[in-house]
Amino acid sequence: MDASTPFRSTAVGAERSLIIRKLRKEYRAGQPVLKDVSLTVEGRGMTAIIGPSGTGKSTLIRCINRLVDPTAGEILFRGQDLARLNGRQLRLARRRMGMVFQEYNLVERLSVVENVLCGRLGYVPVWRAWLRKFPAHDVERAFQLLDAVGLGDFATQRADQLSGGQRQRVGIARALMQEPDLVLADEPTSSLDPKTSVEIMELIARRAGERDIPIIVNIHNVDLARRFADRIVGMAKGEIVFDGPPRALQDEHLLQIYGGEGWLE
Amino acid sequence: MTRRDQPRTNMTDLSPRSPAPSSAARRVAFPPNWQTRIACLALALYVVYACSILDISRERLMAGFAHAARFVSRMFPPNFAPDKLELLYTGMVESLQIAVIATAVGVLLSLPLGLIAARNLSPLPLAWAARALIVLFRTFHPVIIAILFVKAVGFGALAGVLALIVASLGFLSKLVAEAVEEMSMQQVEAVRATGAPFLSLVIMGVLPQVVARFIGFSAYQLDSNLRNSALVGLVGGGGIGATLFTAFQRFDYDFVLTIVLAIIVLVMAGEVVSGWMRRLFQ
Repeated sequence: MDASTPFRSTAVGAERSLIIRKLRKEYRAGQPVLKDVSLTVEGRGMTAIIGPSGTGKSTLIRCINRLVDPTAGEILFRGQDLARLNGRQLRLARRRMGMVFQEYNLVERLSVVENVLCGRLGYVPVWRAWLRKFPAHDVERAFQLLDAVGLGDFATQRADQLSGGQRQRVGIARALMQEPDLVLADEPTSSLDPKTSVEIMELIARRAGERDIPIIVNIHNVDLARRFADRIVGMAKGEIVFDGPPRALQDEHLLQIYGGEGWLE
Repeated sequence: MTRRDQPRTNMTDLSPRSPAPSSAARRVAFPPNWQTRIACLALALYVVYACSILDISRERLMAGFAHAARFVSRMFPPNFAPDKLELLYTGMVESLQIAVIATAVGVLLSLPLGLIAARNLSPLPLAWAARALIVLFRTFHPVIIAILFVKAVGFGALAGVLALIVASLGFLSKLVAEAVEEMSMQQVEAVRATGAPFLSLVIMGVLPQVVARFIGFSAYQLDSNLRNSALVGLVGGGGIGATLFTAFQRFDYDFVLTIVLAIIVLVMAGEVVSGWMRRLFQ
């Protein structure tokens, strides 16, 4: 149904923003990982969430597309409370949210282009997936995206033959293949070397920027966050302790977010 | 015991660097395992006892061997008379058909059953129900299941096919369930995050991870169904087993040998084919 509108270009602020209200997640009762987090993300640009490991960044981002079910709270997006969705409604919401993973999470034994086409699974009927008969314009677009991420020559190779950086490029292409209204990236550079990390962040920012898709990215690396994000959210112990533009992020904030002192010298 | 202790004491004396005080701590690398010793002794005693109960004696054994020698001598030379070969051919073809049909249907049904039984994909009550079914299928040997089916649907190939389908289902579904439970959930999670419906998730996220192993299992099952198809015939399930049984009943021992040789060839061919299939899909 939505395949006929490849790239929506008009930015509509409020309608496209994501509003999180008092989001709470307890994996074990009484031990919240997210402590009533509230956050509004405008419908454009890159928002980087920084913070130490185990502070709930991943949980927050996974609550948005419901790979994790929140314990309480609301996640409002495009007129729906994502936290309440189930079954078909949830699938329809998920297909408009692309996700990029730390470990790339490609289906190793599928070819590169099949992995990219996985991004259309929310749109095409099951028999098309079974027979690998994706609509021609989807296939065409998959190849275009592979060209755009610089992997046009690798389309028919198996995903497990690629290097880490290449895999992450495929992961990005898969996310964009969904024609998402929002891209979630969970530590997309943590498994990559520094140079590749920069390239991957550039790619995410540029490709999503072209399409005016808002991005929420979890990231360890403060320098990368400063360099690419329009807004930085600092989390510590399940709460938001900093929220502002990159230039406002000072050492004192980093101390508050990460704790300790010596590492900043 | 004492003899084994001897050298160790000497060693301690000979090595002045040894940190252990020579008297108290003589370190034992392999302490006697009394549990194992008692268990072995008990087993040996029970075997002797069981032999006496079952009247397995030297005389009985010797008499049996003499009988066996007579029996084997009557098997030679194998009978290759044209009418016998025709019987053999009919039986073999039926066995082959039983094995192939049972494997095909078993493979087809075991995939969904195995997926349902995988605890990381399906809801727990459903998974446990499927597991219970699989355990039920696996409880009895194919021959016992064949006896049941012969009683239920009568003599002939149908009973054999049904028995081997059940056996294949038990084996393959369990292995599918295990393979699915061992797969990478990260890959599945990524496909789930695209909003894929459940069946598409299975097709693109789950099957690619297990299909190579599944083909290996199926090839092995074909191999084992070829062997078992001869077996189910003995109890009325059709195929070469039935021919073999009849030959025994009529004391056609030379024809029995012909059949046995043919079964050996069939089983070996099955092994070659299944190995070849596994390599092809690796």
